[in-house]
Formats: sequence, structure tokens, C-alpha cells
Amino acid sequence: MRYDSLLDSLGRTPLVGLPRLSPAPTARLWAKLEDRNPTGSVKDRAAFFMVSQAEKEGLLKPGSTLLEPTSGNTGISLAMVAKLRGYRMICVMPENTSAERRQLLEMYGAEIISSPAAGGSNEAVRVAKQLAADHPDWVMLYQYGNEANSLAHYETTGPELLEDLPTITHFVAGLGTTGTLMGTGRYLREHVPGVQIVAAEPRYGELVYGLRNIDEGFVPELYDESVLTSRFSVSSADALRRTRELLDREGLFAGISSGAAVHAALAMALKAAAAGQPADVAVMIADGGWRYLSTGAYSGTLDEAEARLEGQLWA
Amino acid sequence: MAIEVRIPTILRSYTGGAKSVEGSGDTLAGLIADLEERYGGLQERLVDDSGLRRFVNVYLNDEDVRFLGGLDAPVKDGDTVTVLPAVAGGTR
Repeated sequence: MRYDSLLDSLGRTPLVGLPRLSPAPTARLWAKLEDRNPTGSVKDRAAFFMVSQAEKEGLLKPGSTLLEPTSGNTGISLAMVAKLRGYRMICVMPENTSAERRQLLEMYGAEIISSPAAGGSNEAVRVAKQLAADHPDWVMLYQYGNEANSLAHYETTGPELLEDLPTITHFVAGLGTTGTLMGTGRYLREHVPGVQIVAAEPRYGELVYGLRNIDEGFVPELYDESVLTSRFSVSSADALRRTRELLDREGLFAGISSGAAVHAALAMALKAAAAGQPADVAVMIADGGWRYLSTGAYSGTLDEAEARLEGQLWA
Repeated sequence: MAIEVRIPTILRSYTGGAKSVEGSGDTLAGLIADLEERYGGLQERLVDDSGLRRFVNVYLNDEDVRFLGGLDAPVKDGDTVTVLPAVAGGTR
């Protein structure tokens, strides 16, 4: 396949069957490989759409500064687009995210402002919002609330899935900004009667939830509960176990949020198989495992890896 | 009847520091009322006039109760209920 430039190669990612993990011939899992995007994650779609939308609205011009609360993939995607378009990129991220992510961000020319680990991503959002208020000329695209994030999936991910898998019964993805599930979910629900839109939400160790007042929580502005049909909380142990199964049984080297999504996808497929119903479950592989190697998730026993993951953000 | 209820760090002051407590009930609402009898003040942190508080997430056997009937979600012996604050979460 040939494209005029790297950004033109965005999306149209492969959908690959998982015959060894699928519970039955009629209850099948299909992995959408989003690591096959320009910077290696699903976030390239949202980043490209958010920047394009801001440019259309006249918010960005060469030399503009982009600011974003992001501890990884969105920052990397935005940093790449910023580099190509001539913008300055500042990322606010919790200090306990993996080394690979920081290195990649800096490689793409992004500047990093660290927020305290104990506050997790809530704190990164808070710090970024304050910085945006202090610097009105900086542009915070704000992945948690920017409709162009979910629109990217409504316009690309959803249609790609339907075209590749017309018999789709379930779409399962990790829940973060909620952009993937909102956009893809809306599209699929409009076109496929009865389709199930299933969220796999990472469940972290106690440090991440911390002692923050339970009334000071955070729900992404993009989140519309009515688009989902179920939402599962997936422990790091289960996410890790499935991530390793993907590698051991299907040869697929995926990030840990993909393991979480596969855990929920398997639950859906098993439920369908038990009820004698056919299922074609599309599951989001948001990125490869490269950016999580330093977490220790891929070496030693599961118990050892789980212990190492405690206190880290893995999705 | 025993249902395990996992309590987040921020609410353990109501349970004398316990990470996990037991309760009974036929629905989530009943379970919360049952817990309130032994751990006074907990209910108000979880529920307000419109139902489950906005920044409180409750999972029944790892599934978000808002998709299982909310406060009317049926619960039974052997179930696990997990309470967590809503967070921006991870690395995106």
C-alpha cells in the first residue's frame, strides 16, 4: 500500500481473528490492531482529528503551543503531529508512568511537566487545566472532553469494523477518555441492531485511588453512559494474564489495556457460547507491549509481574 | 447471607479501617442500608437524592451496577461488591 505521507497512512488497521483464544467456532474474537498506526497506538486517530478540527477553527497557527494532560499515547500522537505541523507541545503527566513513554515524548520534541503520582491522572488533568487558565494563548485540545476525539472513531474505527465484520455482535475496548467507545459505539449502534458495546475499565492499586475526597472524582466530559451496554472493572492481574495469553497463544504482543479488553471480550464470548448464540466480538488492541516493557509485566511469573505493576498506571 | 463489600481507602474511616466488610440484602439499596446500620454515615457518601453519587462507582462481581439496575440491582450470597472513586485513570 502506498501513501503520500505518514499521516495519510492513519487508520484502516487490520482485524485479525484469534482462533486459539476464541471459546468456540461460533463465538469468535477479532482483534483490531491499532498499533499499526503512525505512532503505534489508537490515539493517532483522536490526535489527528483534534488537531485538524482546531486548525479548521483557526485556533492553531505555526508556532502555537499545545498543552495536554496525558501520560502517554495521546501525548506521543500529539507530539508527532505537532512536530510535523510546527507547534510546541507540552505534556502534563503523572511521575510514575513508564520510562518508554517519557523517552518517546522527548524524542518527538515534547516538554514534560510531571504531576504527583499519588494524584494519578485526576491530578494531571487538574494541573493542566490550571496551566491552561494561566496561559490563555496555549491550546489545550483536552482529550477527555473534545468531541473530535469520539468523532474520529465515529468516522473511522466504527465504519472499518462494520466493513470488515458485518456479523459483529460485540465491540469491546478499554475505557479511558471514553472516546473510542463513544464514537465507535454510537456508529455501531446506529447500524447494527442489538450490538453490545462493552467497556473494560482498568482497576488499579490503592495508590492511584489514594485519599482524594470521593466527591472530587472525575468523569470524562465525553462519557455518555447510554452508549454502553456493559462496563467491567478489570484487575491488573486479569489484564496481565490475558496479555500474556495473547502473546503465548496467538503470538500477539499487546499492551496491558488490550489484555483488559480481551478479558471482558472473553467473558462476552463465553456467555454467548453458553447460551448457544453466535458471537463475533471485536476487541480493541490499543497498542503493542513496547511501552510497558519497563513495568516488568512481560517477564517472570504472573505473581511477580503483578507485584511489580502495583502502583503503576498500566493502561 | 454474606456479600463481600470492598471499601476504598477514602471510606475506611467508616469501617474502622476495614478494607472489606460483609453485608446482606436482596438489592444494592438493601445492602447499603444494611451496612449503614453497622457503619453509620457510609450510606450518605454513596447515595444522594438522585441515586448513586456521581463520582462513586460500584461494581457487582466486577460489573458496573449502573448497567445492572443501579440501586435496584439484585444481589445475593456469594456476590462481591466493590466501591471505587471515579478517576481519570491511566496513561492516555
